[in-house]
Amino acid sequence: MYGGRKLAHTFGLFSVLFGVWLILSGFFTPFFLVMGVGCSVFAIFLAMRMEVIDHEAYPFHLTGSLLAYLPWLFWQVVLSNIDVARKILHPRLPISPVLTWVPAGQKSDLVTVIHANSITLTPGTVATAVEHGRIQVHCLTPENLAELEAGVLDRRVTALESGHQ
Amino acid sequence: MIFITLVAVILGMGITLVRAIAGPTIFDRILAVNVANTQTVLLIAVLGFLTERPDFIDLSLVYALISFVGTLAALKYFTHGHLGDSP
Amino acid sequence: MSLVAEYLSWPFLIAGSFFLLVGAIGVLRMPDFFTRLHPAGLVDTLGAGFIVVGLMCEAGFSQTSLKLLLIPVFLFFTTPTANHAVSHAALADGVKPWTRQKENDSS
Repeated sequence: MYGGRKLAHTFGLFSVLFGVWLILSGFFTPFFLVMGVGCSVFAIFLAMRMEVIDHEAYPFHLTGSLLAYLPWLFWQVVLSNIDVARKILHPRLPISPVLTWVPAGQKSDLVTVIHANSITLTPGTVATAVEHGRIQVHCLTPENLAELEAGVLDRRVTALESGHQ
Repeated sequence: MIFITLVAVILGMGITLVRAIAGPTIFDRILAVNVANTQTVLLIAVLGFLTERPDFIDLSLVYALISFVGTLAALKYFTHGHLGDSP
Repeated sequence: MSLVAEYLSWPFLIAGSFFLLVGAIGVLRMPDFFTRLHPAGLVDTLGAGFIVVGLMCEAGFSQTSLKLLLIPVFLFFTTPTANHAVSHAALADGVKPWTRQKENDSS
């Protein structure tokens, strides 16, 4: 069981590496294809020696729910970008930053990190520290903090974990 | 139009580098240089389109990856005082 | 056809340049280190994203546009990591976050 999942992770990593090779090379002659397979296998050999091939290296069990989550995150990023741009260009600079902890209801480390990275990617909020069950955030205005404490992002990321997206 | 983008990117780099020179703490400087790195990636890509040499995209990809490692290395050096495991 | 693609790329390039310049101005204008993290995110997300999309319109559907797509993908993974590392190190080093209240007290 465990060996089969490890094989699946290795194959997932191989397809990603070889896909990037194909994009960057652009040649489909046998020589370049063989070189690409060789380089990918060598990189996988190095990753096996470092023992970093697991569900965190290539989280393909999340792929389906990530496809639904990422467009929503992108739209949030666009909205908050416009908001922060307006604040920067405002002559009085209407900011009053706060630094507090917000709860993070995710169980696994991987999904908690996705939560923290989503907070950082959204301008107006930056995650500065992550502990079990909570994330320290720095917000540009109290409105940004209130938006986070409403917990929409938290619920979305938790749904990612349970796969009910 | 690409030329206007090029001018905007260079102008943005100039503004950011003022902060890198003026920044009171070392973290301000690292942050400003990190932003300038992103702008350099875009500058190389835009320059490649302006001179019609698509090979420049490869250079900007390599720069994106190396600047990330460079930021982390500079940060580690300034917070720990060394780069390796040496005592 | 190529002319249409060129016109299509204009709004993206202008929007990208706008967000990039606003982010740079924000990095210069904000009062302390932690508030400067937010404009930095502006440059890394929409500034880079819009300029790359504009360049992809110019390139059309080719290998070049696929390579261009890799730039935001890399930035998507590296930016939060670098920003988190810098802010965490600053907090550990004892940099005090600036607040509006403190300024009112001192002035």
